[in-house]
Amino acid sequence: MVRLITHNLLSCHAKGCTTNNFPLQFKDAEIEHRDAEFNPEFIRGLLPKIEWKALVDTAKGLGDTSLPDEQPEMMDDELLKTLHHVLLEVHIEEGQMICPNCNHVYPISNGIPNMLLAEHEIA
Amino acid sequence: MSRPELQAPPEIYYGDIEAKKYTKNTRNQQIQADMTYRALELLNLPPDEPAFLLDIGCGSGLSGEILTEEGFIWAGVDIAPSMLEVALEREVEGDLFLQDIGQGFGFRPGSFDGAISISVLQWLLNAETSHPTSSPPHRLSRFFTTLHSALRNPSRAVFQFYPSSDDQIQLITACALKAGFGGGIVVDYPNSNKAKKVFLCLFVGGGGQQQMPKGLESEVEDDARARFERRRERVRGKDKNGKRKHVKDRDWILQKKELYRKRGKEGVPNDSKFTGRRRRPAF
Repeated sequence: MVRLITHNLLSCHAKGCTTNNFPLQFKDAEIEHRDAEFNPEFIRGLLPKIEWKALVDTAKGLGDTSLPDEQPEMMDDELLKTLHHVLLEVHIEEGQMICPNCNHVYPISNGIPNMLLAEHEIA
Repeated sequence: MSRPELQAPPEIYYGDIEAKKYTKNTRNQQIQADMTYRALELLNLPPDEPAFLLDIGCGSGLSGEILTEEGFIWAGVDIAPSMLEVALEREVEGDLFLQDIGQGFGFRPGSFDGAISISVLQWLLNAETSHPTSSPPHRLSRFFTTLHSALRNPSRAVFQFYPSSDDQIQLITACALKAGFGGGIVVDYPNSNKAKKVFLCLFVGGGGQQQMPKGLESEVEDDARARFERRRERVRGKDKNGKRKHVKDRDWILQKKELYRKRGKEGVPNDSKFTGRRRRPAF
């Protein structure tokens, strides 16, 4: 159940990988849509934490082009609903996440990403 | 029975069978629920503000379900695949990660509004290999440092855990403080053997605004404390038959043992009907 909300907060944590380690790139992603309860307050509170560009790029990579390229100044209900859909209702079930810097592969199976590192990768 | 963390590493101990057993056990569910509510209370989040929480060692999502009920959105990490599988079967709401918390997190700074963790920290206190990154202090430091940066400023993280000695508590608090956290240990029902619960309550930022919460005390007030009475001095000397009374009788032994337990001394024998009983004469 990798949703874009957590993907947008996730960077690579392998040893020595400190720059350019965000966002992780999806590969062979299988997507599933599941309805979630709409909570405008939560989305509003979340906005400062979100990297807009990374979110839009990732969403595009997954075939969702409903978000504008630039973060709009004003948030209307329509946009909050789109954000809600992109952030909380798109689940990546299978595939891989790859670090753009060190190319570490985090496999996703059954919706659970495997974030374990090998011994030599632990900082 | 020895504690589970002494038997095997978590991902092995919580295999398929144990994971199912743990989740189905109603007593476990009750304890887990109580501690989750208490942890949320200690988190002291602003009311009516939907928060994004991290559940460290979420297991099969027993505490996650409570988080969902309370209206929080959450993400959980755990190292035991079997536990996560049970969580998937139970269709919990949060995002799950298979992650070793001793290796640290990769979350971006300020991602979470708070973190809770129920019965997890003690698992970090055993070294599984001789590799330097496997030593408990190293793993604890890595864990606390990455967690500290993943939390919003100001916010809190609350950990319930089962320390087996005072040294362990000291090691954990020292690592947490070094990582930049404020706060410390809160003990609920400190004088009770069974109900006693240790919480590590950590603060991020806040500039000294954050107040250390108080531990819960038992309902029964300790008003049986004796005031000084001179009469007692006389009583101790001789009983009604004119014989000298035993100074170290059963009451005295029980009192001493209780005192040792309160002080956290290890290996205090249990009380039983045999406690302080007279032995038969030697011949």
